[in-house]
Amino acid sequence: MTIAKIWVVAEVVDGSPTTASLELVSHARTLAGAVEAVVWGEGASTAGILGEYGATTVHDVGDLGGGLPGAPVAASIAAAVAAGTGPDAVLLPATYDGRDVAGRLSVKLDRPVLTNVVGLAEADGGLASQHAIFGGAEILTTRFTSEGPGIFVVRAKSFPAEASGGAPAAVVAAPAPDTGASNAARIVARHVEERTGPKLDEAEVVVSGGRGLGEKENYVLIEQLAGLLHGAAGASRAIVDAGWVPYSHQVGQTGKTVKPTVYMACGISGATQHMVGMKNSKNIVAINKDQDAPIFQVADLGIVGDVHKIIPKLIEAIQARN
Amino acid sequence: MNVVVCVKQIPDPAAPPALDPGTKNLVRDGKLILDDSDAYGVEMALQLVDAAGEGEVTLVSMAPNGEVSGLRTALAMGAAKAILVSDPALAGTDALGTAKVLAAAIKRAEPDLILAATESSDGYTGTTPVQIAELLGLPSVTFAKKVEVTGSSVKVERQTEAGYDEVECPLPAIVTVTAGVVEPRYPSFKGIMAAKSKPVENLTVADLGIDVGQVGFAGARQEITNVAPADARAAGEIVVDEGEGHLRVIEFLEQLKVL
Repeated sequence: MTIAKIWVVAEVVDGSPTTASLELVSHARTLAGAVEAVVWGEGASTAGILGEYGATTVHDVGDLGGGLPGAPVAASIAAAVAAGTGPDAVLLPATYDGRDVAGRLSVKLDRPVLTNVVGLAEADGGLASQHAIFGGAEILTTRFTSEGPGIFVVRAKSFPAEASGGAPAAVVAAPAPDTGASNAARIVARHVEERTGPKLDEAEVVVSGGRGLGEKENYVLIEQLAGLLHGAAGASRAIVDAGWVPYSHQVGQTGKTVKPTVYMACGISGATQHMVGMKNSKNIVAINKDQDAPIFQVADLGIVGDVHKIIPKLIEAIQARN
Repeated sequence: MNVVVCVKQIPDPAAPPALDPGTKNLVRDGKLILDDSDAYGVEMALQLVDAAGEGEVTLVSMAPNGEVSGLRTALAMGAAKAILVSDPALAGTDALGTAKVLAAAIKRAEPDLILAATESSDGYTGTTPVQIAELLGLPSVTFAKKVEVTGSSVKVERQTEAGYDEVECPLPAIVTVTAGVVEPRYPSFKGIMAAKSKPVENLTVADLGIDVGQVGFAGARQEITNVAPADARAAGEIVVDEGEGHLRVIEFLEQLKVL
């Protein structure tokens, strides 16, 4: 399997391709001569930026009419593969919709899918993917043994997003063939949670809270400290599952991957689930009363102590400076 | 209403995980327990059947070694019966092979609704439920934080990056549920006793009419070529707080020019 052409499934939010999608387009350039993108309904408005990052063609599945992307986007790609115009590999961001498209595409092509990819390189004429396991403690390298196309679901921030100064991509209509009952779900309303300050996965500083905060009401300390540091407030899965904070704050395997300049873990023990989402932060500060908590193994600065005492003092000290 | 819940029995997450030195697959031959993330689907299914006033909950699972202890936990919560596909040929099966096996088993139960977790806690591939949906030609709604069935459709609050979407979908359908969807019950003593005599149908890959080449290591069509430790972070500085710990944090943030 030689890799001549890679397609990147690019998600578009508020009219722009997501950073995770641009990371994949950027990295695909280093692996294949031809890089093309697949979008649904935003082809004309995204051709410029996708071209700038290296895509030469944008395949636009078209407006989904309130449907979910999984079935139609997979069907569109599978139709191209069947027609002999498809790619040698498909890269998708590890998001809700990205995983849906990947799963359905895998069945349509009867090809395996590799998920949780954190690295991707050429090997023996094909692609070898890297996967972080055991909370990022070990890296597996995997390759497909079957004919392509290979399907890879890649975690955010695995590669840098770097523009190549390319010309706007050509837009090609790629409507899905009839998907029948598999495309029957419809979005009837969208709800956007209000957010102040930077986005969790783009912030330079992330302050996260976990079970060690003791109760829901104490999360306000995390928000206050994050606000003072012009950062974003994150959370462990434990307190999201407990209903203390919305899911959009979750850092970890099933939440956001973050790589800020400073990550502060407050009252977070460091379950593998959490570590996988923050372990590559440039600097990690951990505050936890249990000195054996696994989070201290990845911390550049670990404070063994009570978050209920330390965070209010931190807030007060920072306020005094301003 | 009949609901199938896909459940997985996994190695105890409290025990340190290990890879088989030959196949480099996760070692799964010890005692297996019900994946915690599946308890939410089981609970959700029990509540939906209760609300409908009729029907039952059937568990569908796959294991290479005939293990049932995790299934008994879910039966003790209130599921009526289980279908377990167990076959030595299944060792090394990947997500797509798993989906083929589970889809064939689910078909036999003819459910109105299929529930699964968003991903397992041991392999966390997270694609199997959607693969099952595609194999069965069914719609799917993933990452549900709320599920309601009215008549012949299901209404789901689906998590998104920015918040959530309300999604409506005709039945039959597959819905994957997050850990926030319901609070799973603990099995009662009566439930645990009753679970011992609930039916568990054991099937092989051949019973389902699936070619063994579609499953196991051969069906996976992928191989792990290397396992290496990740770059370890250099050991950090540990300070025991005796009232001044916050000052060291401030100093650290100053060095990084965050303050």
